[in-house]
Amino acid sequence: MRTSDRSQNVCVSFARECDLLAATRAAKKDGLPVLDALTPYPVHGIETAFGWKPSRLTWVCFICGIVGALGMLWFQHWSAAVSWPLDVGGKPWNSLPSDVPVAFEAAVLLAAFGSVAALFIVCRLRPGKCLGSLPQRATNDRFVLIFSGDSPGGGRANIEAAMQSFHPVEIQMLP
Amino acid sequence: MTEPTYDQPPLVTGDKSLDDVTRDICAPMERKPTGLWWAAFIASFSALVLGIVAVWYQLVTGIGTWGLNKTVGWGFDITNFVFWVGIGHAGTLISAVLFLFRQKWRTAVNRSAEAMTLFAVICAGVFPLIHMGRTWLAYWTLPYPNARGSLWVNFKSPLLWDVFAISTYLLVSAVFWYVGLIPDLATIRDRSTNKWRKRCARFLSLGWNGSARTWHRYETVYMLLAGLATPLVFSVHTIVSMDFATSVIPGWHTTIFPPYFVAGAIFSGLAMVLTLAIIARKTMRLEDYITKTHIERMCKLMLSMGCIVGLAYATEFFTAFYSGNGYEQFVFLNRALGPFAVAYWIMVSCNVFVPQLLWIKGVRRNLAAVFAIAIAVNVGMWFERFVIIVTSLHRDFLPTSWADYVPSLVEIATFIGSFGLFFTCFLIFCRIAPSIAIAEVKAAAELGNPKLPVSEERAA
Repeated sequence: MRTSDRSQNVCVSFARECDLLAATRAAKKDGLPVLDALTPYPVHGIETAFGWKPSRLTWVCFICGIVGALGMLWFQHWSAAVSWPLDVGGKPWNSLPSDVPVAFEAAVLLAAFGSVAALFIVCRLRPGKCLGSLPQRATNDRFVLIFSGDSPGGGRANIEAAMQSFHPVEIQMLP
Repeated sequence: MTEPTYDQPPLVTGDKSLDDVTRDICAPMERKPTGLWWAAFIASFSALVLGIVAVWYQLVTGIGTWGLNKTVGWGFDITNFVFWVGIGHAGTLISAVLFLFRQKWRTAVNRSAEAMTLFAVICAGVFPLIHMGRTWLAYWTLPYPNARGSLWVNFKSPLLWDVFAISTYLLVSAVFWYVGLIPDLATIRDRSTNKWRKRCARFLSLGWNGSARTWHRYETVYMLLAGLATPLVFSVHTIVSMDFATSVIPGWHTTIFPPYFVAGAIFSGLAMVLTLAIIARKTMRLEDYITKTHIERMCKLMLSMGCIVGLAYATEFFTAFYSGNGYEQFVFLNRALGPFAVAYWIMVSCNVFVPQLLWIKGVRRNLAAVFAIAIAVNVGMWFERFVIIVTSLHRDFLPTSWADYVPSLVEIATFIGSFGLFFTCFLIFCRIAPSIAIAEVKAAAELGNPKLPVSEERAA
C-alpha cells in the first residue's frame, strides 16, 4: 500500500461547500500539498483560499476586441476608398460613421471567440479529452479536494488526520 | 455566503439536495418521450415539412409567388424576419443582461431562452435568404476576394450591417450557449448509463472535470461573454431598425426606431420565453425550478417593456403631428384609420392594453392568464412589424401607385414553416440537453451547504 500511495493523489470528498472552503484554508495554512479542487459549480472564495490572482483572460478579450475593431475599420476603408472606390448615393468614399456598426460587430465577434479559444487552450479543454479516473460525483454533489500523494507531508494518513474535522465523506487514492 | 440576505422567495422550492437538482433536470432527457411530446413533435415537424415544400417552390419558381407588388416591396418576408429576430432577443437579455445585474432568478430560464434565441435567429435568417431571390448566391454578401474586380460589398448599406449583425449574434449566442452547457455536459457524462449519450457527452464536454482552477477562469470568460453580448443584443435590433430608419420613407425615417425596436424585441422575446416556460414547467415537471415567482418576475419585465413600446407608439404619433410634415401625418392617420386599421388596433390592444393587466399581482401569478397575455403579445408584436412595414409602403407618394397587399398562400406556408422549424428544434433540444442550467441553479440557489446529519454534527 505504502508504495502505491506515493504515486497517487489523495482525493478528499466533502458534501458541503463550506467544508471544502474551510478545509482548503486549513490545508493551505498547514502547508499540505493541495493541488486543486473539483466542484459541481463555481465555489466563491476558493480562489482567495488558494491564493490565485484574477485571470488574465480579460486581456485576451481586450486585445482581440481592439484587433477586430481596428482591422474591420481598416478593411472597410481600404475596400471602399482604396481598392475599388465606388460612389454610393454621392456619399464620401471614406465615410467613417457608416463603418462603425460593422467594426463593432467584428470587435464583439473576435473578442468572444478569442476569449473562449483562450479559455480552452489555457484550461486544456478539447473535444473527447480522456479524463482517466476521477471522483465522478464532483460534477454532481461532491466537493473534492485533491492533494499530491508524492510530495513531503503528502502521505494519506497525514492528510486524513488533517481533514478529519471538516466532515469528509470519502477519501480515495486516485492516479 | 456572506452576501446580505433579503427576504426573497427561494429560487428552488421543494427542499432539494444537489443530487435532486441533477436528477430532476436530467429526468426529461433520460425517460422515454411522452405521448404529448410526440404529438407536439409530429405537429411541428409537419409544419416544418410544409415550410420546406413552400421554400422549395419559391426557389424553383421565383419570388413572384409572393403577394408583393412594385409599391409594397416588403411584406410577410421582412415582417417575419423582424418578428423572429425580435424573439431571439430575450435569450441574450436573460442570459447576459440579467447576469450582469446579478439577477439570480435568471438561472431557471436562461438555458432554454438561449436555445430559443438560437432557433429564432435561424428562423429569422431564412427570410432574407429567400428574399434575395437567388439564394444560392447569398455568399455574395460577404466581402471575399472575387473575380469581379474584386468588387467589394457596400459597407454603407444598413442591409449589409444586418448581415454582420445577425451572423455575429448567431455565432456569439451559440458560443455563449455552448460555454454554459459544458459543465452540464460533464454532469451528463458522469451520470449517464446510456452508451451513446455518454460518448456524445464525453466528446462535447471537452474533458471538463469541475476543477476549481478551470471554474475560476471559466467564470471570468462567462462574465466577458455577458459583457460582450449585452451591447451586442442592443446593436442587433438597432441595426435591424436602421434598415428602415435610414430610408426616406415616411413612417420609417425616424430617430426613435432603434430604442423602439430594441424594447419591442425584448418585449416579444419575453412573451415567447413565458409561453415556452409555462408549457415546459408543466410537461417536464419542473415546477420546483420554474416557480411562480420566476414567472411573476418575467411578467414585470414584460410589463415594463410593453409600457416602453406603448410610449413609443404615442411618441411616433406626436412626432408626426409636431413635424408639420404632411406625408408623415398622412402615414400615421392611414395606419390608425386606413385599410390596415384592423392590424393597427390589434397591435395596440395586444401590446399596450392587454399587458396592463400585469399590474395586478393576482394576474401575474395566474399561469393561465399569463399564458394568454403572452400569446396576445406574440400576436401583437407580429402585427407591429406588419403595420410598420406594410402601412408605410402601400400608399406611397403618388396616389396612382397606391396598392394593396395580401399575402399569398406560399408566404403563409413559409411563415407556418418557420414556426415548425422553431418548435421542432426546441422539442429536440428539450430531449437532448438539460433545459435548465444545472450548475448555475446549484450555485444561485445556494444548495451547497445542507444541514449535517445529527451524528456528524455531534462529532464536529
